[in-house]
Amino acid sequence: MLEIENLRIEFETGAQPVPVLDGVSLDIGSGETVCLVGESGSGKTVTALAIARLLPCPPARYAGGRILVNRRDALRMSARELRTIRGRVVSYVFQDPAVALNPVLRAGAQVLETLALHRPEAAHTDEVISLLRWVGIPAPELRIRDYPHQLSGGMQQRLMLAMALASHPRLLVADEPTTALDVTVQAQILELLRALRRQLNMSILLITHNLGLVGEIADRVVVLYAGQIIEEAPARELLSHPRHPYTRALMKSVPELGRDVPRLEAIPGSVPRLGDWPAGCRFHPRCPVARPGCSREAPALASVAPHQRVRCPFWDHAP
Amino acid sequence: MSLLSVRSLSVRFPVLRSWWRARALFVHAVDDVSFELAAGETVGLVGESGCGKTTLGRAVVRLIEPTAGAIEFGGIDLASLRPGQLRPVRRRLQMIFQDPYGSLNPCLTVEQIIGEALDIHGLARTREALRARVGFLLDHVGLAPADARRYPREFSGGQRQRIGIARALAAEPQLIVCDEPVSALDVSVQAQIVNLLHDLQREHGLAYLFIAHDLALIEHLSRRILVMYLGRVVEAGDTKMICRTPAHPYTQALISAVPRLDPVANRRRIVLTGEVPSPITPPSGCGFHPRCPIAEPRCGREVPALREIASGRWAACHLAWGGNRMATTGGVV
Repeated sequence: MLEIENLRIEFETGAQPVPVLDGVSLDIGSGETVCLVGESGSGKTVTALAIARLLPCPPARYAGGRILVNRRDALRMSARELRTIRGRVVSYVFQDPAVALNPVLRAGAQVLETLALHRPEAAHTDEVISLLRWVGIPAPELRIRDYPHQLSGGMQQRLMLAMALASHPRLLVADEPTTALDVTVQAQILELLRALRRQLNMSILLITHNLGLVGEIADRVVVLYAGQIIEEAPARELLSHPRHPYTRALMKSVPELGRDVPRLEAIPGSVPRLGDWPAGCRFHPRCPVARPGCSREAPALASVAPHQRVRCPFWDHAP
Repeated sequence: MSLLSVRSLSVRFPVLRSWWRARALFVHAVDDVSFELAAGETVGLVGESGCGKTTLGRAVVRLIEPTAGAIEFGGIDLASLRPGQLRPVRRRLQMIFQDPYGSLNPCLTVEQIIGEALDIHGLARTREALRARVGFLLDHVGLAPADARRYPREFSGGQRQRIGIARALAAEPQLIVCDEPVSALDVSVQAQIVNLLHDLQREHGLAYLFIAHDLALIEHLSRRILVMYLGRVVEAGDTKMICRTPAHPYTQALISAVPRLDPVANRRRIVLTGEVPSPITPPSGCGFHPRCPIAEPRCGREVPALREIASGRWAACHLAWGGNRMATTGGVV
């Protein structure tokens, strides 16, 4: 469905281009859900936006690699071709629905607009109402008359989902879709995504900083740190046996319900800033098991098992 | 003897006072909340957005004027104090804010930010004393004394939150209200701040009113919690017991909705329907009844009082019992 090969992206802001993504490769099969996990500045949102070439250029520059959507390279597509994949093949849901929605258009009109563009034969109010009902908006006949500000955060996110799904996309890219929502509403949206995935056989790329979501929905997980993939594994495998020291440290540093620890194991230091990445392994200044060589040699992303890659030569030297 | 004792505290904000409406409408942000907090203790305040937890936290420090009720801090009723009388009490009652970017004045150096608290309370007589004290505080929260001359923009989110903590500590408080102090930080940095707060508490015997939406974090930090819904406390008591066998249906749903790292944790998920109702027009009876999976007719009529259902456990639910009955009807974990 989607193959990203060795993607490199730079931002040209100052005198020198700042690398943001450094050789990211990942693929998503049909009907598969992949979680892209990372902290701020890791490059997860940039990866997501790059898929349909939504990054503004400049300042962004695609410095290398390929993005194959249905075996066609998005980086070589014309503007006209890109329009045929945006929204139709790849749909997006963003973190903050209040910002992503048009505040002066009624809810129904926004969905109708998407339909008119991608499925003109279905662009009528009945279809809008059935879409809204499908994503769990109660009384959709009345809600289509509402403006976004009249809807709650959870309802706005459902509206975003209805718009994204109106075109029956093959791939849904959801960038932190539940971060702005409360946990009980987050549970509702995740439940909805699971149901929709079953019904549509749609692929999902879910971007999050919350490892907890991985166990809820993902088939496979890709962990990003400072513009690089540092670990990739099936979801269950990653949660039960994280290999990279960063993944391990991250899992130990968050408190979990019912797990009684006197003290959290904090990761020292802070996330490296863009363009200020350490030499060698980018995690080495914060790594609990770093060795002298880690600051010199940049480790490669190596296969350690089928479908499992780790960017640390010492992954099996568990502390 | 408790350090802080809040009794029947209510905060209402007027809204929609339009000319054709004779009566003003109110948001009942906090509605009849009572709790106690002992010296050196952490009480966790958990709930979803709009439940009134931030308003309650701010009303305790009197950053927001309470509409009714009493806030007794160290034997003094804060609610009745005039602004001038409030200042000496505020010294012992500080706050740490959620947003490490918005809560520090960008035009002031770190020394000025922390020194302001020392100045106001007359805690540093000379410039040298102030400088020494700021250096000590910075060192205490894990920053370098030389950072005093820098500006907030030069620091990362986690470092800024450390500055905010140093500012709160400057006045040597007994109680700090922490309003979501780590939720704006990167995941890998949160544990540092949590551990710092923990260490400071042990060292100085600080009491925290810890406000967060993250139940796991609250469970980690506090021995007792208050669960709020729509301005009211719906469940209160020992943290471990509440997290293991929640008595109120809302707490049960809240706990079951928390995503877990453990993939084999086989649990019953309770997915609530609907959303938090408007606090301007709260539902009749129990505020949770329109979403409650076990609601009965009387839940729509009678407001349930917060009552002791077992030793040290309170719940505001007509149907909640102590012991194990609820655990079987809506059990989680």
